[in-house]
Amino acid sequence: MSVGLEHYLVVGAVLFAVGLYLALAKRNFVGVLMGIELMFNAVNLTFVSFSRFAESPNPLDGHVFVIFVITVSAAEAATALALAVLLYRVKDTISVDEIDMLRW
Amino acid sequence: MDDAGTVIAFWVLSAATISSAAATAAVRNLIHAVVLLVVSFMGVAGLYITLSADFVAVTQILIYAGAISVLMVFAIVLTPRGERGNAEGFLRLPALLLAGLVAVTLIFVAVDTEWVISDRPGFQETASVIGEALLDRYVLPFEIASVLLLVAMLGAIVLVRPDSAMEDE
Amino acid sequence: MTEWYDFRDIGNAVGALLDQIRDWGAPDWVPYVAATLIGIVGILLWAVLSVLAFIWIERRVVGLMQNRIGPNRVGPQGLLQPVADAIKLLLKEAITTTNADRYMFWLAPILVFIPTIVVFAPIPFGEEMVLADLNVGVLFLIAIASINTLAVFIAGWSSNNKYALLGAMRTIAMLISYEIIQVLALLGVVLFVGSMRLGDIIGWQLDHDVWLIVLQPVAVLCYIIAGAVEMNRSPMDIAEAESEIVAGYHTEYGGIKFGFFYQAEYLAGFAITAVVVTLYLGGYTLFGLEQWVPGWLIFLGKLYGFFFTYIWFRGTLPRLRIDQLMAFAWKFLLPISILNVLLVGSEVLLWKEAGLESQLAIPLFAVINGAFAVAVVVGWATALGHSAPRHTAHRAILTQEVGAIFYGEAAPRP
Repeated sequence: MSVGLEHYLVVGAVLFAVGLYLALAKRNFVGVLMGIELMFNAVNLTFVSFSRFAESPNPLDGHVFVIFVITVSAAEAATALALAVLLYRVKDTISVDEIDMLRW
Repeated sequence: MDDAGTVIAFWVLSAATISSAAATAAVRNLIHAVVLLVVSFMGVAGLYITLSADFVAVTQILIYAGAISVLMVFAIVLTPRGERGNAEGFLRLPALLLAGLVAVTLIFVAVDTEWVISDRPGFQETASVIGEALLDRYVLPFEIASVLLLVAMLGAIVLVRPDSAMEDE
Repeated sequence: MTEWYDFRDIGNAVGALLDQIRDWGAPDWVPYVAATLIGIVGILLWAVLSVLAFIWIERRVVGLMQNRIGPNRVGPQGLLQPVADAIKLLLKEAITTTNADRYMFWLAPILVFIPTIVVFAPIPFGEEMVLADLNVGVLFLIAIASINTLAVFIAGWSSNNKYALLGAMRTIAMLISYEIIQVLALLGVVLFVGSMRLGDIIGWQLDHDVWLIVLQPVAVLCYIIAGAVEMNRSPMDIAEAESEIVAGYHTEYGGIKFGFFYQAEYLAGFAITAVVVTLYLGGYTLFGLEQWVPGWLIFLGKLYGFFFTYIWFRGTLPRLRIDQLMAFAWKFLLPISILNVLLVGSEVLLWKEAGLESQLAIPLFAVINGAFAVAVVVGWATALGHSAPRHTAHRAILTQEVGAIFYGEAAPRP
């Protein structure tokens, strides 16, 4: 029994779906962020598995993409969590259902 | 890849990753959810190692498990009256439906397409090739990424600085 | 020669055992798994025995430095003190407080212990004696050490104790600040050698007949200090300062759970020292002596000798406050590490482009780096405002007011 490209892509697809559910359904800001990070991870896994298996003149470009995605997701997580803390100071809640007015 | 070690490693790691990701959605305690998310990050790092992507695996552990999880944990600690029950909002069922549809579509595309698979063996050493690519073909995204990180750092600091620091000049 | 009794390379004995297993007709994967298991068990046994020995050594040596005898009651000269400690910790009740988060409370000591053992995997104990010869060894060491931050948080949070949480937050702030300094310090080494494999780094030091400590004084200084912080060791043991925060993130832990934290602290010390010895002090080589003396003996000798420096720090230096620590990291160590990386990068570029001979280049770089180290440390410290104090006490002179001390000129005679 061997493990090929399709196996890794299926794992990536399932992780992406779980991340999408977390990002859409959770009421807590940190929960939404967890979903977004899971989606990034699924995409990275797909990139790396293509870089390993698919035919390409520069196979390691997939890894370079992954490095950039990790960098950008770290920056985005920092900014999102700073926003969450600031929002908590003003509205005393981090539930995304209660932050529903454009200005108050 | 059909040697027994890689196959066993793949199945064990994928089971661990997917089950801890599903458990992140299911547990009723936010800190437990963050810890389970870190477990799934480590599982993904293990999957990278089975794909002979050593540099990316170690970077994943260093940044995701070591830094982003600490960020999330700090956000939870700095919001003491926020709810920690990891509850779902009112979009539970539509989100579940949409996630299921996306999963089915992606799995169908993954399994059904005829990918052009090459038969080269695993990479020997990725770090030096990645380094050369970063400074050779991808130097512009590299520099932009560094500026992006600087801007994100400054932005986060400016956002959460207490206002009184600016008032007593 | 590769007889099994050639103890210069313990791999010979293991190899003979594996050949024997293969001769008995086992399938192919059995010798591979057996070799890995022997390596893991060997590292675990060595680590635990070293910790036991060093509990006694450290307490006696710190006692000598503080002009007192250390533990000397249990057994001859107190040699059975670690055994007594271990038995006490094993038999003591490991209480789980009522409102603590049960699973995470149980998980935290294990999570603190695991990185400190895994870090020994890519480190070469001898010529071929490395458990996992990774191509990204240096980065692996830092990545595994970064898991400590999450483990410390889990320990502090699950205790359901606000002082434990506060101690955990302070420890995490310390750890993440000094991680960056560690990475930048190790980056200098990787720039010189051109590879992240630990075996290659030791090979480079052997080929060029120089230890990287003379070529990288700033980086070694930064890494030793950052390593002391990662070990939560005095002078940076904010987490365990009983006078300040009870016991930080391991306040609520007792019995064998505390034993795990205690042991993980010593093991982290050995891990950081092993990294310093491998990267900066030549690892298992000693300028060719390893052809007669077993390489692992040289490595262990250097390891224990360098760990004495950390024991020396503990006995001598006073404890730093958390804000002093953070200011030191962000305002002092980080700029000089970045300057060091700049300097090392330009040196390596010069070396490769100009095609200098190693005989000429290495002493030249050693002198330049040494001068740079002195200049940048003294210069930046002065620039930050920490120059020599204006009042230097010449001699304390007792006057009629007992206890009054006059600086500068002699006290006025009555």
